[in-house]
Amino acid sequence: MDDLLQEFLTEAAENLAILDVELVKFEQNPNDVEILKNIFRLVHTIKGTCGFLGLGRLEAVAHAGENVLGKFRDGELTVTPNAVTLILRCLDCIRSILSTLEETGQEPAGDDSGLIAELNALAAGEAPAAPAAPAAAYEEPHNDDQAPVLNERGFPVAAELLAEVASALAAQGIPPQDEADDERRAKESAAEEAMLAMMAAEEQRAPTVAAPASVPAPVQKAAPQAAAGEAKDSAVAAASIRVGVDILENLMTLVSELVLTRNQLLQMVRGREDSEFKTPLQRLSLITTELQEGVMKSRMQPIGNAWSKLPRIVRDLSVELGKKVDLVMQGAETELDRQLLELIKDPLTHMVRNSVDHGLEATAKDRVAAGKNDVGTITLKAYHEGGHIIISIADDGRGLNAEKIRAKALANGLATETELQTMSDHQLYQFIFRAGFSTAEKVTNVSGRGVGMDVVRSNIEKIGGTIELRSNPGHGTIFTIKIPLTLAIVSALVVECAKQRFAIPQINVLELVRASRNSEARIEEINHSPVLRLRNRLLPLVSLNRLMQIEEPDAAADLADDSRSIVIAQVGNTKFGMIVDRVFDTEEIVVKPVSHLLRSLSVYSGNTILGDGNVIMILDPHGIADSLGNAQLEETQAAEAAKTQTSESTASFLLFRAGGQEVKAIPLGLVTRIERIPAANAEYTQGRYVVQYRDHLMPLVPFNETQDWHQNETHSVLVFTEKDRSVGLVVDAIVDIVEDRMDIALTANQPGLLGSAVIAGKAIDVIDAGHFLTLGFHDWFGGVGHADAAPSDRREALLVDDSLFFRNLMTPYLTAAGWKVTTCKDAEEALKLREAGRKFSVIVSDLEMPGLGGMGFARDVKADPRWRETPFVALSALATQGIVEKSYDAGCDHYVAKSNREELLRTMNQAVSNAASMEVRNSPTPGPQDAALQPGAWRAA
Amino acid sequence: MITADASSRAQAAKRLPMEDESTDYVTFRMGSQMFGVPVQRVQDILVPDRIAPVPLAPTEVRGLINLRGRIVTVIDVRIRLGLKDQRDPASRAMGVTVESGHELYTLLVDHVGDVITLANDSFESNPATIDGLWKDFSKGVHRLADQLMVVLDIDRLLDIRVRN
Repeated sequence: MDDLLQEFLTEAAENLAILDVELVKFEQNPNDVEILKNIFRLVHTIKGTCGFLGLGRLEAVAHAGENVLGKFRDGELTVTPNAVTLILRCLDCIRSILSTLEETGQEPAGDDSGLIAELNALAAGEAPAAPAAPAAAYEEPHNDDQAPVLNERGFPVAAELLAEVASALAAQGIPPQDEADDERRAKESAAEEAMLAMMAAEEQRAPTVAAPASVPAPVQKAAPQAAAGEAKDSAVAAASIRVGVDILENLMTLVSELVLTRNQLLQMVRGREDSEFKTPLQRLSLITTELQEGVMKSRMQPIGNAWSKLPRIVRDLSVELGKKVDLVMQGAETELDRQLLELIKDPLTHMVRNSVDHGLEATAKDRVAAGKNDVGTITLKAYHEGGHIIISIADDGRGLNAEKIRAKALANGLATETELQTMSDHQLYQFIFRAGFSTAEKVTNVSGRGVGMDVVRSNIEKIGGTIELRSNPGHGTIFTIKIPLTLAIVSALVVECAKQRFAIPQINVLELVRASRNSEARIEEINHSPVLRLRNRLLPLVSLNRLMQIEEPDAAADLADDSRSIVIAQVGNTKFGMIVDRVFDTEEIVVKPVSHLLRSLSVYSGNTILGDGNVIMILDPHGIADSLGNAQLEETQAAEAAKTQTSESTASFLLFRAGGQEVKAIPLGLVTRIERIPAANAEYTQGRYVVQYRDHLMPLVPFNETQDWHQNETHSVLVFTEKDRSVGLVVDAIVDIVEDRMDIALTANQPGLLGSAVIAGKAIDVIDAGHFLTLGFHDWFGGVGHADAAPSDRREALLVDDSLFFRNLMTPYLTAAGWKVTTCKDAEEALKLREAGRKFSVIVSDLEMPGLGGMGFARDVKADPRWRETPFVALSALATQGIVEKSYDAGCDHYVAKSNREELLRTMNQAVSNAASMEVRNSPTPGPQDAALQPGAWRAA
Repeated sequence: MITADASSRAQAAKRLPMEDESTDYVTFRMGSQMFGVPVQRVQDILVPDRIAPVPLAPTEVRGLINLRGRIVTVIDVRIRLGLKDQRDPASRAMGVTVESGHELYTLLVDHVGDVITLANDSFESNPATIDGLWKDFSKGVHRLADQLMVVLDIDRLLDIRVRN
């Protein structure tokens, strides 16, 4: 039932109860203007609310009653018992309608014209008509306590009427609720109708349950609404009382205090095993918890209350917009704090409107065209999850239009074109949460005015919630809101900065990171702004000491030097870290508003008293994020956007330490997994260590053979896998993952090293994975070799291979040898580069690839003038003469076995110098210098 | 934390026969100057303990304390009144806790004196020569036998704007 209606019913029932009392008083003191005013006001309230709720029948009756009362009040009518009776009848009629309303949610059909006519006549100064009926009715209040049987006998008129109604109903054999009955009733004489209403009311008042049984069955049916309504009426009255919100709030505060005091006591007794307080304290603790839950519960309301108006809104909207919409609501019984309920009502309503207006396709036709049911579905879901309420609003509409958002963001100057180009769709979607952003082409009265999602978001964040959105073009959009169960008590992380403690709401905390110079995560500074490298991302950091201006003067200025705790927080889509000195436990805290003197400090959201009685401030991550300044955050977002685009020139490196203190790097793409393997699991067999790994024996290769690696307890192992073979490279410690340009500076002469690269501003040795792989499996590749001296100028190679592993392996190898490498995963992708006008010095292509394949690729390259002159080196693991022949037929210039990297490099260098020396190479015939042709060269060494 | 119920002390204090013609004041000293606040406004007299500082707050706000489960903002009246010299660190400042706008504030003062009842006819409005800053916080002056007592305007005293 509509909660508004429910409220009205509760209120009206209370008002009617007061009215009964007041009217009786009034009758005794007809000249008491105060009582009269009160009565008038109560009836007026009922009338007003009826009109508001569209309850026409009730309104008409109440209006007529109000008229009479108005005349009394103005002294135009003298108060007579008959007049009071009529007013009472009017109230009874209202009550009987109300009881039906409560039972069915609908105003019962019926005609009150008789009663209204009487009231109007009275108001007009005429004596009340139908003396018999009023006489009976007049007595009625005084006989309330009597059994209904007596009632029936004591009032022959009424009984007669009942019998008449009974026989009429029996004759028709139709239950009175039926429309036919209503029609019949409408035709009944006015007096009879009035009496019926009165009787119904009388039944309703009958205090004993036996009432219906004593009345003839059809009559019982004639007034079933009243009878059933009576039971329910009293049930509602008994089961729920209206308590002022302030009382609840006060209770909540008191309980919060109790919780705090309990915590304090617990803290005192903690550590004292034999304390005599222990048992009573446990009991106190239990009771407090239950009390807390009970009080919290008293404030809880089903979320369905906030949804109750939505079906109507959706219906009206769908009519207005000409869409067919089905609103599915799940989990309406999920309860949350009434304060929160009030706060999310509007955002939810707005979002549902948005989903209908924007989310769903413009017309049913569009939906059918998209292969969907013509009825759009909006699904509202609510459920509890880990101390939070999750509400999701999903539509199965068209999804967000990334292009439109991009254009709009550009038009509104929210981002530059280059920024927008590098953003992922998901990042673009976030623009809809910005102020003044609406992609609706025209402003409807539903949406498109640019006030909306930004307000929704800020409202939700204000109550400590988060909102996320996912959109699947063509399939719909889903918004997920996460809000705390209650605002009053939150879980918070207590941290310390410069010997002061602060609380950070747990909902904003993503993780805690310990950063020090030597750990995986470390703090670096860009122009004095600290940033944290964390799993391949840069996070902006804010030092709480600095932000709060509570830095201790003798504190080390260099953030990177000391080990620090960092609280990673998320606010909306912004992630940032807060540098703190210490992190304590999480505690349940009672949020108290800050004094108005401190309200302007945006870094605080409240304050609280901890279990030890100390007052601490609650930090507001939103305020802190704002203080970071947008520039820095947007920078991060742009960086992130750039990251999502796979760029040719950058690669992720895994930094680790092995065989010495200096950090070494390996392209991350090569590493399948990083494992921690206990030394006890390693077995020594056939002169090497192996470990059972995923049902296979995996050779373990120590990075440094002289290293006494098996003495340690567990080892970090980089696992390289291709097909079903794995090799584990044992290293001392994993340091970090960084992303940087693959810019390998020089070739090292040490086995196992490709060269050094400047990674994150430092020269770091880049490991040749191939070297270690062949140590694990001697036949992993054909042989182990090192590149020839790097050519003096950079030449560009196009490497086409469907194996990501191979591409990742070869790229650093070739880069180390002085080649600039562009990789493609298949011929089709490579040919796109040709269309894009790219030029390469040499093309190196695998022969076995999906799609066009290597042969097809070669034929295509040689058939088009653009790349025809580029030397084409074929690679294959299948080294038979037949394939070599075929590859030449296809147009390949050279053929190298895939496993022989050394040979490949030599061939590439030669091919390029040949191409340079020969102006035209018409024939694909290999030159005599192509050692790669010799079958022996590509056999395993 | 030492607390004393100010109103009971007020009742214990001697009363003039005509209550309408007199007012009870909690008195305190800042340096050598005597101040008074109407006893009805005072909730508590205490020696604040464990004041939790609030970074970024106005300098007048010394911090927050826990007064029987309520969080009370501690205002350093010395700073608020623009008194330059520092309080003697040996003597512990005392707090007069007052309510303003449903919030509690503890006014940190040098020394809390007695609750006295003063006839309203000894009250005078601010002398014209009173210091500009003090004039804002002073409702007027009571002439006592040996000195003057400034009646503090608590609401204006607490009207601290965050400077930026």
